[in-house]
Amino acid sequence: MAEIIVRNLRKQFGSFPAVQSSSFKIEDGEFFMLLGPSGCGKTTTLRMIAGLELPSSGEIYIGGEEVAQKPASQRDIAFVFQMFALYPHMNVRKNLSYPLISQRMPRAQVRAKVAEVAAILGIESILDRPVGGLSGGDRQRVALGRAIVRNPKAFMMDEPLGALDAEFREHMAEELRALHDRMGATTVYVTHDQLEAMQMGDKIVVMNHGVIEQFGKPQDVYDKPATMFVAEFIGSPSMNFLRFHGSVERGATSVKLHHQALVVPQMREPFDGGLAFGVRPEHIRLTDKGAYRGEVKATEYLGTTQIITLKTAHGVIKASAASDAVARVGETVGLEFDGTTVTMFDNQTGRALRSALNEGVLAHG
Amino acid sequence: MAEVSLQHATKSFGTQIALVDVTMTIADGSFVVLLGPTGAGKTTTLRLISGLERPDTGDILIGGRSVLNATPAQRDVAMVFQQYSLYPHLTVRDNLAFPLRSPTLRTPEGEIKRKVAEVAEVLRITGKLDNKATALSGGEMQRVSIGRALVRDPAIYLMDEPLSSLDAKLRADLRVELKGIQANLGATFLYVTHDQIEAMTMATHIGVLDRGRLVQFGSPRDIYENPVNLYVAGRLGMPRLNVLPADVFGGAPAGAKTIGLRPEHVSQGAGKSTRVTRIERLGDQTRLHLKLDGHDIVTLTDVHTDLEPGDHVAIEPRNPLFFDAGGTRIA
Repeated sequence: MAEIIVRNLRKQFGSFPAVQSSSFKIEDGEFFMLLGPSGCGKTTTLRMIAGLELPSSGEIYIGGEEVAQKPASQRDIAFVFQMFALYPHMNVRKNLSYPLISQRMPRAQVRAKVAEVAAILGIESILDRPVGGLSGGDRQRVALGRAIVRNPKAFMMDEPLGALDAEFREHMAEELRALHDRMGATTVYVTHDQLEAMQMGDKIVVMNHGVIEQFGKPQDVYDKPATMFVAEFIGSPSMNFLRFHGSVERGATSVKLHHQALVVPQMREPFDGGLAFGVRPEHIRLTDKGAYRGEVKATEYLGTTQIITLKTAHGVIKASAASDAVARVGETVGLEFDGTTVTMFDNQTGRALRSALNEGVLAHG
Repeated sequence: MAEVSLQHATKSFGTQIALVDVTMTIADGSFVVLLGPTGAGKTTTLRLISGLERPDTGDILIGGRSVLNATPAQRDVAMVFQQYSLYPHLTVRDNLAFPLRSPTLRTPEGEIKRKVAEVAEVLRITGKLDNKATALSGGEMQRVSIGRALVRDPAIYLMDEPLSSLDAKLRADLRVELKGIQANLGATFLYVTHDQIEAMTMATHIGVLDRGRLVQFGSPRDIYENPVNLYVAGRLGMPRLNVLPADVFGGAPAGAKTIGLRPEHVSQGAGKSTRVTRIERLGDQTRLHLKLDGHDIVTLTDVHTDLEPGDHVAIEPRNPLFFDAGGTRIA
């Protein structure tokens, strides 16, 4: 197993910059998520680490060795694709043995290794079945097994759960994470599903248009987004933005919008112009008082919680509250924002302004 | 719009039983969601009402009259499928107008124009009316296919997982839109899904199907808070319902075999000691995975909790659900 360092990595397809100067570090044994919408460059980044694509420039270190221009076969990593590419004419055991036999490992050793991997994945009972008749989950386990069996330095996974239905995906996500906890293998995992990234990752890189928007621990990325794109992409419902024109001073602890002072974490930089006051749905409370008002447009019952859609002077926002909180459609209510959690953004560029909340994260982000 | 009901409807395909003695009334103006996994009989129910299938026994009533001998066209229902199935060679406008131009409806052109403009407005696709149907994004295509149903004024709208092929953000937006459209039109909707969030957020009533049987019918709150059995209780709720032997905490009512715990049924700080196996941080919520005498329990905790794997947390149940050996709810 190994640590992976990516430095100033770029990839140009013709005149199209797929990945623009990416740098990040994946610690040994980390479960690392590359997250972003389709076309953001996450798969290209993964393919460059794996050696399936050669970078236009930049460096990639796997276990201390610079491999950016080396072919995949010299990198000792294993790749798991979205479509479980199994050999259809072989049974499960042969599918698992194949990578080892092609490495000329002695038969007895292959048998032992396959048995060990089958035990880890809980597929001992299907070893002699043809892969054709297997369920989606078992096929996925076999595909994983074939990657694990070689003991590679790292695993690359490209949306391995993308083809599964929602209920089963959640189950496999848990299984995959538990497997990772047992094996401690460095894993780089590509997904466009923010919940999957939050749920499984030790660290997340959020990409958009070939650029890394933020890099960090899932909870930090959620609580302290570096850009409006990240704030919107992570979380469901996503962060609300109250957009307005105004200014903030360095050291300010409130901002004025619509003649109202709203509490914010102490600002660490001044700004003047188009601003966005970013607040997550769970940090909005409906109260009778509250000088900032909104009209309840809809409520969505979710059992433990409910989502309340409100119309305000700054557009439609969503609040999330306990399901026993009272909200009647058509009523105008006061809104209280938990100021300690608010992020202020430059509405033009989408960049988060530095504050007491996020300066630690943004500094080394 | 009209009331639609199924009376003791049973349907099998060869030896495969799809629907067993289902009796259900979809009140005029209600939004009924049928919930169940693949093979529960959801789509069969839609097909029986639309006339694409005929029940083996039982009756189907639309507006109080039996429609068993009516063709799909005569039944006056509008259906939206999971796949958009638009006419690729037509513009959005012509796709929307198509149902109104059918020979059985004979709608005047002026009326068609008005209706199409109105629906386009509601679905926010006015700017795309002159685009070819194929020059739209997935979300727009699905809105057009919903719009093609909405231009009509049928007895009932039947929708078969219309949002399942869309991405999460768009699905969330369209959920609110669809619910708003239904409420404004006062339309009757029968909507099929296996997504519990869609069921909970849009329905006035949820019908839960289990292998062809309607096991419970009621408001989302009723189904969530008062499930009749273990199956229904397990269909709703995130994180999923925890199911444990009834006696792990003591104090179970007589005859109870299992106890069902939702996150709000687990109170932390007193009671039985459990070991934390994993902390799952999802941003807006943090899930706590616990081990109690070999049983796994998932509940919610403070988002920024200091707990770590290996720590101990005492928990006790608060107003939990109890089920007997057959899975029937007893308390």
